[in-house]
Order: sequence, then structure tokens, then C-alpha cells
Amino acid sequence: MIVAEQKPLSEIKEIIAPYKKILILGCGTCVKTCFAGGEDEVAVLASALRLACKKDGKEIEIEKLTIERQCEDEFIRESAPAVSRSEGVLSLACGAGVQALARRFAKTPVLPGVNTTFIGVMESQGIFTEECSGCGNCRLDIFGGICPVTRCAKKLLNGPCGGSQNGKCEINPDTDCAWQLIIDRLKALGQMDNLRKYIPPKNWRTSLSGGPRKLVREDHII
Amino acid sequence: MSMNAQSRLQEILSKGEFAVTAECGPPRGATPEVVRKKGELLKGYVDAVNVTDNQTAIVRMSSIAACAHLLQMGLEPVMQMVTRDRNRIALQSDIMGAYSLGIKNILCLSGDHQSFGSQPDALNVFDIDSMNLIRTVQTMRDQGKDMSGFELNGPPRMFIGAAANPFADPFEYRVIRLAKKIDAGADFIQTQCIYNMDRFKEWMKMAREEGLTEKVHILGGVTPLKSAGMAKFMNNKVAGMDVPEPLIKRMAGVPKEKAIEEGINICLETIAQLRDIEGIHGVHIMAIEWEEIVGQIVESAGLTPRP
Repeated sequence: MIVAEQKPLSEIKEIIAPYKKILILGCGTCVKTCFAGGEDEVAVLASALRLACKKDGKEIEIEKLTIERQCEDEFIRESAPAVSRSEGVLSLACGAGVQALARRFAKTPVLPGVNTTFIGVMESQGIFTEECSGCGNCRLDIFGGICPVTRCAKKLLNGPCGGSQNGKCEINPDTDCAWQLIIDRLKALGQMDNLRKYIPPKNWRTSLSGGPRKLVREDHII
Repeated sequence: MSMNAQSRLQEILSKGEFAVTAECGPPRGATPEVVRKKGELLKGYVDAVNVTDNQTAIVRMSSIAACAHLLQMGLEPVMQMVTRDRNRIALQSDIMGAYSLGIKNILCLSGDHQSFGSQPDALNVFDIDSMNLIRTVQTMRDQGKDMSGFELNGPPRMFIGAAANPFADPFEYRVIRLAKKIDAGADFIQTQCIYNMDRFKEWMKMAREEGLTEKVHILGGVTPLKSAGMAKFMNNKVAGMDVPEPLIKRMAGVPKEKAIEEGINICLETIAQLRDIEGIHGVHIMAIEWEEIVGQIVESAGLTPRP
């Protein structure tokens, strides 16, 4: 999923400062799962903002709505009446959701209420880790299903650096060394030969480095 | 403009003289003779020589090293530096290294995207943009501090240049961007090659109205055309380049063996017009892999002898 984190209340207050009528729009997919922008978070944020504005003596009207997915126009359309009643939309979706809304509603400012952090998983309740950087050229087959491009701080493709100690990364003792994980896993899979393979420089053309990406599926174009 | 820097280019510009700079592309190899040969061709005709930094994202001898070769010959280099290949750590380090070698001018650029070059698989850096590179060099020079605020043991006193492209879109933003570069610390500006003089004059007028020409030295960029094909290619294939149709027709209208002469004529006419524009303080001649023509252009334009 796409993992996001709600912005601090002080920053949200600053962002919505020019508006007196806002819609807090939640998204029922990724950001719901990571407790950043689902229905529950919309309700809590609305209360917190009302309270904060009251304290500051600022008048504000807040409407709440959560749609299934903010990255799909089919669902975005459901929010049109509420959007038209507001001066600005505070979106709790990821950056793709914010931009999809902006694309649909030409005259209403769409404001980000979360920081989109990464593509990851919930490792355990309340703990999320980054797993994929969307480089567009997946080689998890040779790395035992653990991505060094994302999980090694140096993106090393040919084994761990000299900073790997006791299975941890040199940048942070809480961070696992991706290469320790890869080696452990390849051992378990009996694929230690992969460790001897020379991996040539990566082709980054398929990543964001090659420019903003677009995927065209001819077979699905109507 | 800071009075701390000490380059000859700065001296000429601050005296109000019309400056002449040219471009020298380093070789795709480790042979210094190529740089020296180009330097010989330019010596005596220009005040400073821009050395490109892996232009069009093709790997070449480093700009710093090529600048050092020119320095040894008594030429003054303008080190071009792009943010495509180096993060802020490497940029700051190289700025200090360059200054330690005697390089006193820098042109801060973001750089062509690597997809245009010979190694499009490369990961780009773009840690900071050209605007922030300008500001970084200015902070290092005027405050003597690196980006972390650490006080440097001997600040690099660079004369700071930036690029401007009046022919890129959106047009109305181009002067705002120029103003931002000046605020960031640009002492001089070298523009994209000028073929569309009407648009260039319009841009200069806007710059004057904003008072920008009082704050920065603008050197107009020129590139002599060699053929109608080159004119078309630049117009259609080179990003941010504007070669008007009448100019392409003019190049196509002369016999092939006269094309070079016509290209030089156009270039000389452009330089003459530039000298009449209020706020233009010099010309930057980018004769791509054609350094031998620069001397002739400078002479025919009546810009010799150099101070």
C-alpha cells in the first residue's frame, strides 16, 4: 500500500488559514489502512480543527466526507456536490489522490493533509516499513524477494557495504541491513549462488529518474 | 554585486566594457592537448572561456580539469557546473577545489537531462536546482560558510554566473526567473543562443522595466549557423531553441558553399544588434566544436583587441 502520515495540526491550520468553509475528504483505501486518512481520521481531524479554530477565534465551517478511492475519477465524482459547497478541499489521500482531485475540480483549491511517505507494508500493528521504490525494473527474483534498491540506504546491488554490523545498517541501529536479510533468505532458499552473481549498473530509465512515467495499456483503452 | 571576487571577467564587466566570452567543450578522452588546442584558438580573442560540464549528458573530461589546463595557458576559464550529476556535498567540494586551482568564474546550471546523452540508463541527482547552486556559491563566497553553516577555512571567491533562456516557455515567467537568479546571487547572465531577436528584445525590455539590468551583467548568447540543416535541427530538436523561419530560409537560400559565410554574417548582425541593446554588457559565443571560427567573428565584429 501507499503509506502516508497525517501532517501536524499546526501545519494543517496554516494550510487552511485562507478558507472559511472547507471539506475534509478522506480516502478509504491505502491511507485508511495506515491510519492517516480514512473515515475515522477525517472525524478526529475535523473535531481537532474545530476546537483549534475556536480557540484561535477563527470561524470555520467543516464538512466531512470519505470516498472509496481518491485516485479514481469514478469515486471522485461522488464528492462533487460537497466540493462545490466548500472554498477548499483538505484531502487526506496520498499525493496521487490530491492531484486527481485537482485535475477534476478546476476552480477549487485542493490542499494536502498528509505527507505521502512510501510504498510499504504494515510490519506489525502500527509499524510500517518501506519496501518498494517503484523503480520500474524489478529484480526481486535474484535478491530473494528483498529489495536492495529500496531497503539498502546506498542502493547497493552487489552485496553489503562495510557498515553492516550484527544485521543492522550503519545509518541507524534500528534499521535492518537489507543485505543481511537477502543473504539469510537466499541461504534458506538454497540460492546462495545468486550472491556470486555480478549485477551490472542498474538501468534507471524506468525509474522517476527517466522522467515522469506513463503506462499505456492499449488493450484497455476504449 | 560583490566586490570580493577577482576575476578578469568581473573586472571588465564592472568597468563597463563590452565583454566577450566563448565556449570550449572538453574532449571525450583524457588527452589535455585537445583542450590546449582549443585554448590556443581562443587566446587573445576572448576575456574568458566557458568550459562545459558533460554537456548534453555525454561523458567528457571534467570541467574542472579542462579549466585547469586553460589556466596553465593563461586563459581565464568560466567553470560550468550542473546539478545533474553531483549532490550538494560534491558540488560544494568541487567549488572549493576549483577555486583552489585558480578558477574564479562559475556558471551554475541544472544541466541537460541524461536521456539526451549517451548513457540514458544513468540515475540523475538533481539534489538541488540551479537557483540553489547560485545561492550556495554566494553563501560560500560572501558569508564564508558552506550549506551547513560551517565556517570555511578560506572561502571560494567566485564570480557567479547563471543562464537564462528567453525563448523557453512560459514567456511571462522568464523575467521572474531571471529576477530570482539575481536575488540568489548571480553576478552575470549568459543567455541561450539568440536567433529570434524580436523576442529577445521584448525580454530585455521586461528585464529593464524590472530594473534587473542594473543588477546583473547580461551577455547575449550567439551560435554561428553552419547550414540550413543545422538551423532546422536546432529549431526542431534542441530543447528551448527558437530559430525563426525567415532565418532558416535565409540559410537555405544561399548555395551550400556559401552557407558558412552566411551563418557568420547572421552571427555578426546579431552581435551588432546586441551591442545596441541597453543592458547588454557582452556577448557569449558558443561555436559548438568550431572554436577556430571564434577569432574571425570577434575580429570582424570589431571587438579586438581585447583589454
